[in-house]
Amino acid sequence: MSEKQTVVVIGNGMVGQYFLANLVDSIIKEQYQIVTFCEEPRVAYDRVHLSAFFTGTTVKELSLVEDGFFEHNGITIHLGDKAVTINRVAKTVTSAKGLTITYDKLVLATGSYPFVPPVPGHDRAQCLVYRTIEDLEAIAAAAKTGKVGTVVGGGLLGLEAAKALMDLGLETHVVEFAPRLMAVQLDDAGGAMLRRKIENLGVIVHTGKNTSIITDGEQCVNLMCFADGEQLETDIVLFSAGIRPRDELARDCGLEVGQRGGIIIDNQCRTSDDSIYAIGECALWNGMIYGLVAPGYTMARTVVADLAGNEAGFTGADMSTKLKLMGVDVASIGDAHAKTQGAMVYSYQNGDSEVYKRLVVSQDKKQLLGAVLVGDASGYGTLLQYCLNGIELPAYPDALILPHRSDESVGLGPDALPVSAQICSCYDVTKGAICSAIEGGCMTMGALKAETKAATGCGGCAALLKSVLDSELSKQGFAVNTDLCEHFAYTRQDLHNLIRVEKILTFSELLHKHGKGKGCEICKPTIANILASQWNEHILEKDHLGLQDTNDTFLANMQKDGTYSVVPRITGGEISPDMLIALGQVGKKYQLYTKITGGQRVDLFGARVDQLPHIWKELIDAGFESGHAYGKSLRTVKSCVGSTWCRYGVDDSVGLAIELENRYKGLRSPHKIKFAVSGCTRECAEAQGKDVGIIATENGWNLYVCGNGGMKPRHADLFATGLDKETLIKYIDRFLSFYVRTADRLQRTSVWMENMEGGLDYLKSVVIEDKLGLCDQLEQQMQYVINTYQCEWKTTIEDEAKLKRFRHFINSDQPDDNIVFVEERGQIRPADSDERKHFKLMEIA
Amino acid sequence: MAKWIDVCSVDDLQPDSGVCALLEGEQVAIFWMPVLSGAEGPDAKIYAVGNYDPFGNANVLSRGLIGDIGGQPVVASPLYKQHYNLQTGVCLEDETVKIPVYAVRIDNGSVQINLSSLPQDGEPAL
Repeated sequence: MSEKQTVVVIGNGMVGQYFLANLVDSIIKEQYQIVTFCEEPRVAYDRVHLSAFFTGTTVKELSLVEDGFFEHNGITIHLGDKAVTINRVAKTVTSAKGLTITYDKLVLATGSYPFVPPVPGHDRAQCLVYRTIEDLEAIAAAAKTGKVGTVVGGGLLGLEAAKALMDLGLETHVVEFAPRLMAVQLDDAGGAMLRRKIENLGVIVHTGKNTSIITDGEQCVNLMCFADGEQLETDIVLFSAGIRPRDELARDCGLEVGQRGGIIIDNQCRTSDDSIYAIGECALWNGMIYGLVAPGYTMARTVVADLAGNEAGFTGADMSTKLKLMGVDVASIGDAHAKTQGAMVYSYQNGDSEVYKRLVVSQDKKQLLGAVLVGDASGYGTLLQYCLNGIELPAYPDALILPHRSDESVGLGPDALPVSAQICSCYDVTKGAICSAIEGGCMTMGALKAETKAATGCGGCAALLKSVLDSELSKQGFAVNTDLCEHFAYTRQDLHNLIRVEKILTFSELLHKHGKGKGCEICKPTIANILASQWNEHILEKDHLGLQDTNDTFLANMQKDGTYSVVPRITGGEISPDMLIALGQVGKKYQLYTKITGGQRVDLFGARVDQLPHIWKELIDAGFESGHAYGKSLRTVKSCVGSTWCRYGVDDSVGLAIELENRYKGLRSPHKIKFAVSGCTRECAEAQGKDVGIIATENGWNLYVCGNGGMKPRHADLFATGLDKETLIKYIDRFLSFYVRTADRLQRTSVWMENMEGGLDYLKSVVIEDKLGLCDQLEQQMQYVINTYQCEWKTTIEDEAKLKRFRHFINSDQPDDNIVFVEERGQIRPADSDERKHFKLMEIA
Repeated sequence: MAKWIDVCSVDDLQPDSGVCALLEGEQVAIFWMPVLSGAEGPDAKIYAVGNYDPFGNANVLSRGLIGDIGGQPVVASPLYKQHYNLQTGVCLEDETVKIPVYAVRIDNGSVQINLSSLPQDGEPAL
């Protein structure tokens, strides 16, 4: 094999990063040494969802690069170092910091810059653009002192930018040169409907306005003067009047560029130099610059394929888009303006519900050429499939946009789509790929997204993806059976309702009334768990004992050899030296293996069942109580040290963590629940990886929900911001009660929320806005559980009847001779099978 | 050959749950179903099987949950959740695996096991 070639990528934006990810995923990865330059101080992030930055999404969450990506894949990245010259003869790239790298192949992914019209005064203070995180920071800083913000440009990006200004609390104006909003994608009527909707949200729209000069304002920093003589006072001027390709590097080294900019590429994305490719917004293909991310991704894949010697070509891209602008659904498909010869138009306008829909069909009414949807884009997926796959339209095409008020469905079922139909355009996932992932075992949306990446870009295809999943599952014979088990033809939520409404207190009563047979290891613990979260009786009471999993039965965690581990509660991870010594003494006395857990407590392993009550007697005497590590219940509330000690702390995270842990300890729930509280946004407690995470800010507590670590980690979602403690606790009470009541068995909060119709928004409407009118009930139930808390171990060691169970043999005091320990690193561990044989031989000898 | 050994009093049993007894060096799991089998007193179902879990290689089956699957009385291992038929000892997930079953009865409030005799026709001795 020859030596590795070097491929240099200039630009680590969305497309540049996508190229790298595809290259290292490909079979030619080993043939290349990869070097990339990134002008910005941070690696690629999601510019499509940039405005989320103003509603709490962090820079880290916007990042498109997995931790360790460059290191793991051996890619050298020069961050904050701009490539400034290309020498095509020597095949080198030189950077601003003076680095020179020799390339075999060069990929330009330099992107674009925001076009700022050369209006006099365009460079005045607080005249800004909207593209990078640094731009956003400048906007946020300007918004602190200003009251009015104006976006120049009423296109897609301009309206995104307007949303950002609204989120910052500014009086927001949009100034557009064309006579309507989103002139490229929408027709006049669609633009008018969008305008009406956006104005209802409080944005002031000015169309047909040509800015002639920006000068000093009186009430505000700036005054915009328009060609028609009108004026507008504004503090911030935010230019969003289109993009221009970053082609200066290419120009300087003599690559062919278009008359109005853009690096000219062929179908393989090659520039006029065979060794140099250009992809994304800097590239000009067939006279077109593509300002969307999906075509850029297609170009990136094309280059990877070309490097691998595979046939591939970029042959243009569909510019259809669907997005939510300030909560307004807007979509545009194909030839929205009916420019095709002979095209016919159907339109539907509903002034009352502010919906506008337009279909553009071919002369013979058989093909869909384009569409515009404003106010209701639910038909986007179906229409796009008609358009892209040339599927023949129904006899009356207008049925596709007219409201259907009966049960008839006019949508295009997933079965009508060909295998080649592209479901996700961001990641180019076809129906065929989705079906094979489903055959391969992806049975849930979550699994399907993780496996195929479909619906993880813009998310526009999520509904369609779900319908493909449902259809395929039912074809495979998975009649989606939600029965808990063969003994109960109900879901966990149904059973919870029955128990609550009929005041059922025992498993046998429930089985008698609503079940059949004798129960099993699925329904028994599930129902024991519901009974505990509803009535909160001791789980080892006679009626409940036989229902518990072994961990609950012995109030400890069974390990592989049948011994148990013991975890006392250490609220908030705070422990005094005396308590720590007491814990150490118990560990030492019973020769337990001792390990610190991830939840800031101590786990003591290797306790035999007969030792458990003795161990707990000593722990309780020392002041400990049960940590519920054995239960489906609140585990820990992890905390950082907070403002009490930390230089950066904003609030008392330890104090809050202890209060919350004491409040919710003992609550039985569908699965384990973990909390964390961080005292500042440095987030040392990792609260965003927990079911309930709380972060102190200067404006109050921010509440995050539905995160988890484990097999499939999920970042928590921001639920509410700037809360005082009372409101925070109220929301958590409601959230947890609602989860306990409605989740499935062994369903973490993340999956529960993801499967909820309406997801996070719905959950907010229930918990914050009390949409279901349940909040009083939910809070009362939580208060009941809190009031009836008992330390399960304390009650147990005080009750002879409960203690009877804690012995290995009913008729002998001997311990189990199968439990054998050996020593490792100064502590015990279970012997493996070879060691055990040896031990037996020694005994016999 | 019928040699019934007194194990313990019926009061030592855990209702609808299991205990473990040591009999001539063998660990025996005893399950008693007074509530779920709907028959209190001497008619309540009682089963005895080996306590050793051949998948988990640990003496833990007496601590498993009991119930029925498709009408068969079963215990589920607390370690990896395999089910064993309480009458035949056969593992439902892997029929090549079988745990020992023993004859067990309650006689005058005393629980007795006969290590030398198997339950007849899959019906446990009462």
